[in-house]
Amino acid sequence: MGKEIFYFLIFPGLLFSGIVGGFLSWFDRKITARVQFRQGPPLLQPLYDFIKLLTKETLIPKKGSQFTFFVAPILALFGAVISAVFILLPLFGIKTGFVGDLIVIIYLLNIPSLSYMIGALASGNPLAAVGASREMKLILSYEVPFLLVLISIILKSGMSIKLSEIIAFQAANGAFIGSVSGVIGFIVILMCIQAKLGLVPFDMAEGEGEICDGITIEFSGTTYALVNLAKYIMLFVLPALVVGLFFAGMNFEGINILWSVLKVVLVVLLVTLIRNTSPRVRIDQAMRFFWIWMNLLAIVSIILAIFGL
Amino acid sequence: MGFKEKCFKKSLWVFHLSAGSCNNCDIEILDCLTPRYDIERFGMKLVGSIRHADVLLVTGVVTKKLLPRIKEVYDQAPKPIVVVAIGVCSCTGGMFKDCYTFKGPLDKVIPVDAYVPGCPPKPEAMLAGIMKLLNK
Repeated sequence: MGKEIFYFLIFPGLLFSGIVGGFLSWFDRKITARVQFRQGPPLLQPLYDFIKLLTKETLIPKKGSQFTFFVAPILALFGAVISAVFILLPLFGIKTGFVGDLIVIIYLLNIPSLSYMIGALASGNPLAAVGASREMKLILSYEVPFLLVLISIILKSGMSIKLSEIIAFQAANGAFIGSVSGVIGFIVILMCIQAKLGLVPFDMAEGEGEICDGITIEFSGTTYALVNLAKYIMLFVLPALVVGLFFAGMNFEGINILWSVLKVVLVVLLVTLIRNTSPRVRIDQAMRFFWIWMNLLAIVSIILAIFGL
Repeated sequence: MGFKEKCFKKSLWVFHLSAGSCNNCDIEILDCLTPRYDIERFGMKLVGSIRHADVLLVTGVVTKKLLPRIKEVYDQAPKPIVVVAIGVCSCTGGMFKDCYTFKGPLDKVIPVDAYVPGCPPKPEAMLAGIMKLLNK
């Protein structure tokens, strides 16, 4: 019991993934600044933001469901931390997980988005409702290609639905990114990550220009701090999942530590560069993009995986 | 200076409210985000919702139409909040002080912490104003 609480609160869970996620969020902002020829924020900026938001006044809207509004960010944080624990434990080789933990991870990764939606709808703000409806459509569009890519990975790893076995298979037979179907799957999952994180080509749920931060519009003070922490953690967890699925996981022996860290940073860098070089699309364009093109690519990836390419 | 206060000063999120301005000050505010001035070095960023804001920048003449809205936006903001009057219109009224829609300078409506005069003020002037306020 004590071990599980330690896993949840300290090492791969809340504290560790929060700190690493905060660092990656700083990295994301710094790269954005460098792309735009600016200097960018200092290293401790995510910490300052978090502490400042924690100590500010928390306003809860009078109209709408107040209890649900207050509980939604906590739920989002729980979802993010539990998925961090389930993904990072096999990735660091501490614990091998159980059969079928990949399916549990698929469900857990959806909890933060769902909680933002619940919080937005509970706030009673019309702009938040627009944001929530867009987020809902976005979930409907990116879930199917995400699942199809996971099916191709399961096929490639010899019908294994356990994250640690997939990583061990790659360690023995070479990383999946080295094959044609792996490259195609990586492109699809990169787009799905972009939508899951709500970054620029697919940030219509919190379109700053048109609906004033959308789903997070009514969050303030502590609740917004928790939303931000959940976002930091997701910025670490999703690239870590990609590293586990395509880049043969992490290895912590000698010089390999550097290589493992570089893999996560590389995926975050790709996500940031996509974010900085593309405009926001409309929600119908995003749905068409995922339902037609990304699904097509994912199915091609599955067919190639069946033929063993 | 406590750690809490330091965090507040290091991460000011700015909300920008136009109280009937001619858009000149608004354009100059957006200039602060450009590579030449880059307010993100100081941890500031422009946010879309007043619920996230720490600084409320008010530009323009306080008109009769916008008076209740300014009060409402100020009430909606989570405290502590710093109010900065940008441009001579919101500081004193400027050339519109005898206009029939003019409802007093901004400090008659909500408490103001800093005044940045100018028509429009330079981005350097805005940065200097906020820095003076923070070092007070």
